[in-house]
Amino acid sequence: MKPILQVKHLSASFGESLAVRDVSLDFYPNTVTAIIGPSGCGKSTFIRCLNRLHEEVPQASADGSVVLNGKNIYGPGVDPVQLRRKIGIVFQKPNPFPSFSIFDNVAMGLKLAGIKKKYLLYEYVEKSLNQAALWDEVKDKLNAPGLSLSGGQQQRLCIARALAVEPEVLLMDEPTSALDPISTARIEELISVLKKNVTVVIVTHNMQQAARISDFTAFFLLGEMVEEGETSKIFTAPREPRTERYITGRFG
Amino acid sequence: MSENDFALSQPSERLSASGYLKQNTGQREDALSQFILKSYRRRKWVSRTLILGLGLAAIIVLTPLFSVFGYVLVQGLPALNLEFFTQLPKPVGEVGGGMANSLLGTLLLIVIASSIGVPWGILTGLYLSEYSPSKRAGFIRYCTDVLASIPSIIIGLFIYAIVVIPMKRFSALAGGIALGLLMIPTVARSTEELLKMVPQHLREAGLALGIPRWKVTLFIILRGSVGAIATGVILAVARVSGETAPLLFTALNSRLWPTGVDQPISSLPVQIYTYAVAPYDDWHQKAWAGALVLVLLVFLVNLITRILLAPAQRRGH
Repeated sequence: MKPILQVKHLSASFGESLAVRDVSLDFYPNTVTAIIGPSGCGKSTFIRCLNRLHEEVPQASADGSVVLNGKNIYGPGVDPVQLRRKIGIVFQKPNPFPSFSIFDNVAMGLKLAGIKKKYLLYEYVEKSLNQAALWDEVKDKLNAPGLSLSGGQQQRLCIARALAVEPEVLLMDEPTSALDPISTARIEELISVLKKNVTVVIVTHNMQQAARISDFTAFFLLGEMVEEGETSKIFTAPREPRTERYITGRFG
Repeated sequence: MSENDFALSQPSERLSASGYLKQNTGQREDALSQFILKSYRRRKWVSRTLILGLGLAAIIVLTPLFSVFGYVLVQGLPALNLEFFTQLPKPVGEVGGGMANSLLGTLLLIVIASSIGVPWGILTGLYLSEYSPSKRAGFIRYCTDVLASIPSIIIGLFIYAIVVIPMKRFSALAGGIALGLLMIPTVARSTEELLKMVPQHLREAGLALGIPRWKVTLFIILRGSVGAIATGVILAVARVSGETAPLLFTALNSRLWPTGVDQPISSLPVQIYTYAVAPYDDWHQKAWAGALVLVLLVFLVNLITRILLAPAQRRGH
């Protein structure tokens, strides 16, 4: 299988402090890759480098290359704005745009990309909300504020918002850590359906979650990638003792 | 250590620290609860006194507002009639007439001032909050504060020098520009403060959709705080609509209907001033009425904007 996204020797830092050190990792199309590791190990920074959101933080910088479909996104002449339409992200806390309706939350990416035709927007919104398994719950109140939804619904709204611009890769930064178990289960179900259309990279603190939903897993520690491979192998027969200690919860 | 450990403890163990504590706990509890009760009574008393004091302070703060409003109402209401809102001022000696031209003039000046001060102020606030590097922002912020603290009469003099003299006449335009300049710092700072309250992750959420930064700023961040920013704008409008000094040698005054922005124009504050310093009782009456209208005008603008923005603000919550 040919990787859709290849990370080569990626390092990322905030000012002087190095958050990600020399990570190389491949992502394959229509798979779910989980990135696990303790807090502060650079997981979030790592995936934020994949759509160049990292550099929006003052003084942040990244070094190395990330190749999407054969093209280095850190190469000269790459417009991060264009790139981000191909690599979407869902954040830890659900963050619908306040003061926008459910419809507008999903349609905003397209509207601001210049799509004005109402029926076209409606079509995309319906499709995205369907993909995010939210359509049935909100189809009668598309004009209600996005913030009027419950936390789990808001997160699915954010997923729909990210899907509306039809990305090839969907990054998820601990998307369920602020949600209750039922909402978490719904999002996990959703991810396994979503991978038919997009490649998913998910950061998670929850190892059961990683084991349940991912095809590949990468273990990060102190800004370095310790080990990566098929999820079944990582969780049953890790090569590195550090990985084993972490996944068995004996990290000290 | 549980209760049983002590029950089983032998006399020899009583010398240990835990044994000693156990022995004396009974007395200590009494003394402690006494102390807590006493201190609680004291704290409750202090709390009551302070809350009373705060209430008093609030009343003291509100007193000037209501007494000014009440006094202006009592003095101005008798002179207020339809004529006041529809007619031009009568020449000295003739009773009657109104301040319609001043009212219209003030509205016109506010429109000119807002069309300069609001966009300029909002753009400055946007730049400060979204784009400028922190050092430069600090400098600009400082300059804005200095501009805000410049006495308004100085602004009037400045506009007199750069607009009135070259145009060779007093004009509504000059007055509007002077008021507009006064609006900029208020609008800029309130816009900046409000935009800073927008969490960073919302900007990132917008950027992550492949939306250019300027569009995120304009259509997501700014639109989301439009209600709050409007409140800042109202405050600025309210502030300048009562300004007199900068109008004295820019817009001057006029006894006629406004005919164009390049002509001198009457305004409520200047007209109130003119009437108040004149030695005629009828004019004094009119000055009070004018003052009442000015206060009501500010109040109305405030109220209407709030009502208009209420749906937008509700959607935000």
